[in-house]
Amino acid sequence: MESQSVLNHNSLKAILAEVNEVSNEDIRDEIVSDIYTKSKSLCKKVVSQQPAMYRSDKLDEIFTSRIWGFPIMLILLGTVFYITIAGANVPSDMLANLFGYLEGKLTFLFEAMHAPEWLHGVLVLGLFRGTGWVISVMLPPMAIFFPMFALLENYGYLPRVAFNMDRLFKRAGGHGKQSLTMAMGFGCNAAAIMSTRIIESPRERMLAILTNNFVPCNGRWPTLILLASLFMVTGFSGAAGTFVTAAILIGFVMLGVVVTLSVSWVLSKTALKGVPTHYTLELPPFRRPKFWNTILRASLDKAWYVLKRAVVVAAPASILTWVLANIYVGDTSILMHFINFLDPFGQALGMDGFIMAAFILGLPANEIVIPILIMAYLSQGAMLEIEDLSKLKQVFIDQGWTWLTALNMMLFSLLHFPCGTTLVNIYKETKSPKWTFMSFLIPTVIAIGVTWLTATVARAFGWV
Amino acid sequence: MRVNRIALAGNPNTGKSTLFNTLTGLKQHTGNWPGKTVVHAEGSFEHKGEQYVLVDLPGTYSLFSNSADEEVARDHIVFDQPDATIVVLDATSLERNLNLALQVLEMTNNVIICINLIDEAEKKGIRIDERRLARELGVPVVKISARNKKGINRLLDTLSQLVHGQIVTTPYRMKYSKEIEEAITKIESKLEGYFDEKYPSRWIALRLLDGDEELILKLQNHKNNKQHEVRTNGVPVSVKS
Repeated sequence: MESQSVLNHNSLKAILAEVNEVSNEDIRDEIVSDIYTKSKSLCKKVVSQQPAMYRSDKLDEIFTSRIWGFPIMLILLGTVFYITIAGANVPSDMLANLFGYLEGKLTFLFEAMHAPEWLHGVLVLGLFRGTGWVISVMLPPMAIFFPMFALLENYGYLPRVAFNMDRLFKRAGGHGKQSLTMAMGFGCNAAAIMSTRIIESPRERMLAILTNNFVPCNGRWPTLILLASLFMVTGFSGAAGTFVTAAILIGFVMLGVVVTLSVSWVLSKTALKGVPTHYTLELPPFRRPKFWNTILRASLDKAWYVLKRAVVVAAPASILTWVLANIYVGDTSILMHFINFLDPFGQALGMDGFIMAAFILGLPANEIVIPILIMAYLSQGAMLEIEDLSKLKQVFIDQGWTWLTALNMMLFSLLHFPCGTTLVNIYKETKSPKWTFMSFLIPTVIAIGVTWLTATVARAFGWV
Repeated sequence: MRVNRIALAGNPNTGKSTLFNTLTGLKQHTGNWPGKTVVHAEGSFEHKGEQYVLVDLPGTYSLFSNSADEEVARDHIVFDQPDATIVVLDATSLERNLNLALQVLEMTNNVIICINLIDEAEKKGIRIDERRLARELGVPVVKISARNKKGINRLLDTLSQLVHGQIVTTPYRMKYSKEIEEAITKIESKLEGYFDEKYPSRWIALRLLDGDEELILKLQNHKNNKQHEVRTNGVPVSVKS
């Protein structure tokens, strides 16, 4: 066996030496050019009438023009946000009402059966109330946002976004395709990490992996949308308020892109030095998707998937949170010990211990950060029945929230460490504990730095 | 009972995944942008009482294994040797798409060229002479519209005939410059008896000339080569193939 493999090895070397002798450096170019020439001559024989300019090309002149490209991008994104926020309010309130009503009935039922107090606590006040809030808060915006995003994707608009961003990424030392993987990150960072496989150079692929987390994913959109609509628009109401909320969300997306570019730039000047490789970005033709099919598929599949993930994790989390909040060590509950421990740190960042605890406990999935936070606040004795969203805002305000708390929680959500699934995927793709850890560390440091800075500045100027 | 393994290759955004879903009834997410399928998906279907397993390869523009997804697609065709490879081409940009088809034809004999999005092309006034193309390439050519389920039956019948040997293909092999051809002949003769005959020796020679030395190692131990690691600039990137 051994001699066989040595023999193989030697003759292999001989062959490779032979190859080197007859090969030359330009051979790839020759091969490619021969193939292209053949394709061209084949097409001349079998394809008739090549129209000069398609509708797609004309549209692309507008969508990817240097003047109109970015404004159109912002307008489309803003429209999607506007419709989401404006449309989600009413159904959210209706769902909250429904759950409040059902909770009353359940409590009545438990009393009629003389169920013990703790059972009512765990099942109704913990499990039912917790998941009820999650569904009322998260389902309506997702059911509106995802179908609209899917329509943009299926019309073929996302590659145009990539095209517009391409120049920026080149300048930041990244691969143009990084804009595509970034766009995918708006859906799900874990999936986007897989999609970085389309980037040939390992250096640029690593840049794309390390910075992918800076665009908000499915799990973080609800957090951003909820906090923006609750806290960021005091003094505006109705359509103007919705408009401002949408503008703020765009601001967050742009901030995420700026951070992505800055981190790429810094890394490509330091740890991942190199010059970006060339490539051709193909713009697929615009295609009219099957409209209702897309809408149905997106709202059922995506919204349902995210919601299921939220509820599956939120349901046990709500029980756990309730239990932790009701088991006392000394005169303080376990949950409060944990929260109190984190509180000074949270305060320094303009947030509080609850929020920090929610982000840490929410590592498995970003979807459950808000649910955990709500549950932790609700377990604070101040029981809150689910009625409408303004009640939710009241809970936050009762806990000492200001606009700074909301802003910094949004910033932290945008910039902090990737979720567990994404980290697992990063490890699978890179097979490197070091780079996986870096992909955790870089965002975390940035999130802490940015929130600390805003908190310090806001306090120094006496804005809060 | 025999199960036929079929691979779906093609450029990104040619409707490969749509065809995959149409044939298998699976609901893999389709999207109008490159990079949607980076790992291959598998599904099965039945036609005329026979079982088929369909593998949806990542959409790529070439098979030079520049990137991880190209490598996944290439390795599947060369090492796993599916009973047939369907190359899906976009009728509206045939010229660019043919580049990939020509590369697949260098790697395997059992190829069906499937021209998708044919109704979209017709709307644009593009006419494609598929019989002429079939003669030129030496393999069956079928026009379809996966989205509107046109031509699917013809594709399946052709597939069935191909896997049963009722269609004999004479795939067109790329001809290169005299210099390259001489080099290929030289290397190919050296390789004789070195690798299993089932591997395409002309293609291997060409890849070696192109500096793809890793391929030769892969050929040697591809059986225990389910997972391999590439290290460049200290940045490891690993790929499941």
